[in-house]
Amino acid sequence: MNHVVIIGNGISGITAARHIRKNSNKKITVISAETDYFFSRTALMYVYMGHMKFEHTQPYENWFWEKNNIALKNAFIEEIDFQNKKLTSSQGETIMYDQLILATGSITNLRGWKGQHFEGVQGLVSKQDLELLEKNSKNTQHAVIVGGGLIGVEMAEMLHSRKIEVTILVRESVFWGSVLPKEEGKLISNHIESHGVKILYHTELDEIIADDNNRVKAIKTKQGNIIDCQLVGITTGVKPSISFLENTELDTEMGILVNPFLETNMPDVYAIGDCAQQRQSINNRKPIEAVWYTGRMMGEAVAQTICGNPTKYNPGNWFNSAKFFDIEYQTYGWVFSKPDEEYSDFYWQDPKKERALHFQYHSKTQKFRGVNSFGIRLRHEVADAWLNNNLTIQQVILQLPEANFDKEFSRKFSKQVQQAFQEAQSPQL
Amino acid sequence: MSRVQYNMSLAGQPPQALSMWQKFFVFIGLVGLSILLLATFNVNFPNKGLWLFLSLGGISVGTIGFSWALYGDKQAGIKNDGVWFKSISSKGILGWVLGVFLTLFYVVLYFYPQYIGLNSEGENTGLVALFDPLSKMLSGNPASQWFMYGTLYTISILIFGIKFIWKYRHSRYEIIRTSSVMFFQTAFAFIIPEFMARLNGDSLQLPYYDLKNVWPLNYYNFEQYRIDGFLNSGTIGFVLLIFGIISIFIITPILTYKYGKRWYCSWVCGCGGLAETAGDPFRQLSDKSQMAWKVERWVVHSVVVFVTLMTTAVIYSYLDYDASKYWLSKDVFLGLVALLLTLVFGWAMLYRREELQKDAQYGAIGYFVIILGLVGIHYMFGSQLFIFQAETLRTTYGFLIGSVFSGVIGVGFYPIFGSRAWCRFGCPMAAILGFQQRLFSKFRISTNGGQCISCGNCSTYCEMGIDVRAYAQKGQNIVRSSCVGCGICAEVCPRGVLKLENDTPKGRINPKDVLLGNDVDLMNYVNNK
Ligand SMILES: Cc1cc2nc3c(=O)[nH]c(=O)nc-3n(C[C@H](O)[C@H](O)[C@H](O)COP(=O)(O)OP(=O)(O)OC[C@H]3O[C@@H](n4cnc5c(N)ncnc54)[C@H](O)[C@@H]3O)c2cc1C
Ligand code: SF4
Ligand code: SF4
Repeated sequence: MNHVVIIGNGISGITAARHIRKNSNKKITVISAETDYFFSRTALMYVYMGHMKFEHTQPYENWFWEKNNIALKNAFIEEIDFQNKKLTSSQGETIMYDQLILATGSITNLRGWKGQHFEGVQGLVSKQDLELLEKNSKNTQHAVIVGGGLIGVEMAEMLHSRKIEVTILVRESVFWGSVLPKEEGKLISNHIESHGVKILYHTELDEIIADDNNRVKAIKTKQGNIIDCQLVGITTGVKPSISFLENTELDTEMGILVNPFLETNMPDVYAIGDCAQQRQSINNRKPIEAVWYTGRMMGEAVAQTICGNPTKYNPGNWFNSAKFFDIEYQTYGWVFSKPDEEYSDFYWQDPKKERALHFQYHSKTQKFRGVNSFGIRLRHEVADAWLNNNLTIQQVILQLPEANFDKEFSRKFSKQVQQAFQEAQSPQL
Repeated sequence: MSRVQYNMSLAGQPPQALSMWQKFFVFIGLVGLSILLLATFNVNFPNKGLWLFLSLGGISVGTIGFSWALYGDKQAGIKNDGVWFKSISSKGILGWVLGVFLTLFYVVLYFYPQYIGLNSEGENTGLVALFDPLSKMLSGNPASQWFMYGTLYTISILIFGIKFIWKYRHSRYEIIRTSSVMFFQTAFAFIIPEFMARLNGDSLQLPYYDLKNVWPLNYYNFEQYRIDGFLNSGTIGFVLLIFGIISIFIITPILTYKYGKRWYCSWVCGCGGLAETAGDPFRQLSDKSQMAWKVERWVVHSVVVFVTLMTTAVIYSYLDYDASKYWLSKDVFLGLVALLLTLVFGWAMLYRREELQKDAQYGAIGYFVIILGLVGIHYMFGSQLFIFQAETLRTTYGFLIGSVFSGVIGVGFYPIFGSRAWCRFGCPMAAILGFQQRLFSKFRISTNGGQCISCGNCSTYCEMGIDVRAYAQKGQNIVRSSCVGCGICAEVCPRGVLKLENDTPKGRINPKDVLLGNDVDLMNYVNNK
């Protein structure tokens, strides 16, 4: 029987396994060195904060895998022999495959700072990182987080819940300024600070300083300031976890290079999820997209291909979401932080509540390009249709009520936004 | 804005310990509670009214103050930090201690009221006596253990309702819903029945009637003594009786069609009210396994079958004796029940196959058991044996389901099985409303396209043990008979994936294989295959 082996039991590998099972009776083995069972990486923070226990992050009960005839294996793959289609684990065990899916995910991207190997310096990606954080945060009074992104704010919220004082270093003038335009960057920065978390803007890490036991005791910024701390969180980004593939025939760059069918340069070997790098980027998207949703979509696409229905990875409109302490964020289409000659902005912020909408549209054709929402839930289906049907910004603003996905009885916002839009559009009297 | 107090000795530790203010208010609450406890052990307080006031006041101030200390200095938003670290909310020692304490309380209340001072012959003593002044003020009669219980119950819903509102103050849905529950408990379950009792006299013999309780929750509503009570009370009594019947057959289905069963279970019902307020800290303890879901369906539907047969038997048993008052004869009545059930069953099987899916077999089994039971009643009732059984049936039900299940296990085990064990496994009303919700209702929880990150917050905090995530991560709407529409899954979801809403019944159940965000061709290809 045809044996499909998947390395990595994250969302992409597991989605592939489930869909292959649905469409075929191939033998399926999923290998991971991190955990026995699939869990939701995005929920790590809630385990640390005591909202959930680790077992709650597992989307399927443990009997699910055997019932669906998906074999799970806890092992670290050290070597791949692409010619003989053979895997070797760190225990020396060998596994043969007919088709191989690499879904190895990412690791923390340490940028080669001086002192990054000291005890108390860590990222937050794996279950092991979570356990380490539990250990490192004991007796920590002050933590410094390097990098203001989505994992950075999660880590800040986690440590904050344990009454640890937190300082975040960010390079830009607002939080997550590489992605968020100034207006909402400001809104989010203020909100994070209102929780008692300190943000240092225009600040970058220079080096990490340790005590005699090689434990971090302070950091130095590029401006030369020394900040005492007992924990340094590195959240400046992640990179594909492919070090065990170096010096093999597999074509890699930052990640494993794939074509639109998610095929690598080796026959019967595919790569999906965080570790895959598109040779050609697809509509404005980055060649490596380390988000949950794209991992899932790649898993769906590659399963079709493997089951005899060759399918390109062809994601629809971009969307994403996150939460900054109490403010939820969603985005559909593209809203860029850098001002763009050809595009115009319409930003609305509620004067009374922490909520906002930021639209971008083509100045000449008025065609809607994307929206960021804060403290407001928008309906994915509606926003997706706006983009697919090339609506103008006027039409979008008019149809705003249909996109409202806020809870029942929530204070409405459409009228206010429409009014503000009209005022912004009409020439000043 | 919140100012964080950094306590060196606590830093880095999971937030388990209480702050100074929290301790203070716990103390006040315990003082109030200990007055009740002293009364239980027969300490005879001189000025009962004053001591009762002090006790209830202490408990209220303690609880409300504690909520203030807990949430007052925090910003509006989700407040689940440390839930699984705290002993009381994670089945730790404190949880077990509280569980045992509550269970004991219920055992005494239901089975040994004399130990808390109930005395039907002479003056009350002990705990019950403490409540005499309040009872006399409201209904004119001395207190019973039920009056004492009702008072404590209502106060719990009120003070923990305030705590709940404080905790979820970012959500208007939760604020309005909780206010509704507080109102219905205070007015309908507590004050109005007491006043009704005050009106009773020679011309009026109304049975104790909490108007918001609908059969089969008040399984006793159609017993002979109540029917007689209604019928002997002139127009008011007759209207109440008719109201009781209309509630079942007309009001309930219409409201459930429009809003889902939540209109009752989490907006009106007293059991639900206590679960949503005092039970809120325990909602995460419900069992989410598929096994539990199987057990739930068998148990709760068995209860419905049982309660239907029992009520039929009870009504049947007295119909004949008073033929002049009822045009119904025993057999006409049985025939009507059978006809009604057949109509409902036939309609569901013919027109609601899609909604029923696997539940069809449960429905079929339940239906045939009831019909068999009806046949049994018809042929065997004549024998002395069966009359005796109808009565035993009812007392057994009252004992097993009405007391043991709803009180002792339902509330006593909050800290072990979560806050809605009774609503999920034992309540026949919930089962019938759930049946309606599943088969004909506009209510559903919509999921937002592809936005779910499978984090599991929704499933963890669903008090009914629904694995919400299993649906959300497939982009499928949640249409489950057990969902009481508390809305907490939508609150705790960090990605805004869930929305409780009433919309056209079409497209309510929407199985999906591939989620929004993907290539449109692939979506169509896979989803339509
Ligand atoms: C804290 C955190 C929060 C996040 N929040 C969000 C969010 O809110 N929204 C969002 O869209 N995305 C979020 N992400 C990103 C998202 O989680 C990832 O994009 C996604 O998990 C990637 O899935 P994957 O299947 O590609 O890889 P992974 O989930 O990383 O799985 C890869 C697995 O392969 C194993 N593995 C690797 N190499 C080997 C080997 N040689 N042998 C055996 N096993 C191996 C790894 O141990 C790992 O278990 C978050 C990420 C983190 C870390
Ligand atoms: S599914 Fe949501 S609304 Fe329904 S009972 Fe569970 S938590 Fe409440
Ligand atoms: S809480 Fe929201 S994001 Fe998390 S699993 Fe549930 S629906 Fe998905």
